[in-house]
Amino acid sequence: MNLKTANASFGSATLLIGTRKGGFVLKSDAARKQWKISAPIQLGNIVNHIVADPRDKHIWLMAARAGHLGPTVMRSTDGGKKWQEASKPPAFLPAVEGKKGLTVDHVFWLTPSNLSEPGVWYAGTSPQGLFRSEDGGDTWRGVEGLNANPNRVKWVGDETQDAPPDGATLHSINVDPRDAKHLYISMSIGGTFESRDRGASWQPINRGVEALFNPEPDPEYGHDVHCMRLSADPDVMYQQNHCGIYRLQKPETRWQRIGTNMPKKIGDIGFPIALHPRDSNTLWVFPMDSGSVWPRMALDGKPAVYASKNAGKTWQRLNAGMPEKNAWWTVKRQAMTTDAHDPVGIYFGTTSGEVWASRDHGKRWSCIARHLPHIYSIEVAAKK
Amino acid sequence: MKVFLPSPLYSYTNEKRSIDASGTTLAELLHDMEAKYPGIRFRVIDEQGNIRQHIKIFVNKQLVRKLDVHLNVEDEIIFIAALSGG
Repeated sequence: MNLKTANASFGSATLLIGTRKGGFVLKSDAARKQWKISAPIQLGNIVNHIVADPRDKHIWLMAARAGHLGPTVMRSTDGGKKWQEASKPPAFLPAVEGKKGLTVDHVFWLTPSNLSEPGVWYAGTSPQGLFRSEDGGDTWRGVEGLNANPNRVKWVGDETQDAPPDGATLHSINVDPRDAKHLYISMSIGGTFESRDRGASWQPINRGVEALFNPEPDPEYGHDVHCMRLSADPDVMYQQNHCGIYRLQKPETRWQRIGTNMPKKIGDIGFPIALHPRDSNTLWVFPMDSGSVWPRMALDGKPAVYASKNAGKTWQRLNAGMPEKNAWWTVKRQAMTTDAHDPVGIYFGTTSGEVWASRDHGKRWSCIARHLPHIYSIEVAAKK
Repeated sequence: MKVFLPSPLYSYTNEKRSIDASGTTLAELLHDMEAKYPGIRFRVIDEQGNIRQHIKIFVNKQLVRKLDVHLNVEDEIIFIAALSGG
């Protein structure tokens, strides 16, 4: 059996797109050539993430907030036709007397637990908080092993800590497909952490990852992870970091910087990282300009995806079909993903509201939607 | 008492622009509003009991910032969605 094609899906694909001004659904024909965009969902809301439940294709969750109002999670139980607000959205516990409590500014990331826990979801927020739902996203409770951890301030800093422009976030929630108690999260700022007891306790796993903004040469925590994902082999994980591209293979405990193998002129700084659904050695990144004042755009206005088929030993530039110049956009951390087809489809959304797709592992790209708002996230809806 | 609402909250009130609610304090009023229109309170008051940044509440045209403000039945309450960026 060919590992790269076993369990591949086929036929049409459905993309769930979160933007600064609402959600959109982009559906293809069976060949993934023709695409049709939906009307906006929750128009005017800031939608950070829309995720379909791989255990029940009818359940979709959306991390949303209106500019004026507080954050929430919207739910659909009919595959995106109708949406209803969670009856108890993620919220930190009230502060104890005399202390200042945390307030969720926005829900940033949504991840379903593995197949053994139907209905269980996790949400990551800004500021950094982890929340769990056991009823398909209707009610949420804090994972206090993290949110109330006595080391939390040490790991992520207090309110004076520098943070990304849209706020510090907890993201990259990964559930081990073999063991639902085994979780990984990443935080910006904070780094990557592992729990083996469903979030009751956490250990930082950041050794080997650079943190050039920290005078400590090899700090235990406090890193700026942009996106971390478990591969098809859940003992192999990759991260796109503020300070490079890294790979960790358990039981090793030290990340290896595989981005040093990228072309020097391109560098290895970016936001997203996308992995092959069945091959733990194949990954795609979208480098950005990190020179001088960090423009965070496609380098020289010439966008390109870079791929590695050998776990980051070598990289290949993939930009056929993309603009060859004057394209001043970039791709955010949640805005690049893959489908489970064979050949794998790769998708990314840009800060200028375009969606680009490749149906052949990145060899050729085409723009499949344009004129959308600033894109924050793209996910492929499960077909089961 | 009469409570006037901004457009971002109409989806909670079946598109009503004003509602009737009661309470001797703003905190009580908000709990009554929540009982009648579930979900509305969290969108304007955060989990620490603070009025959200872009929501302003006026009692008889006076801006209030705390939930322990005393209310009378004839008071007019106005929620305003303040400027929050583009």
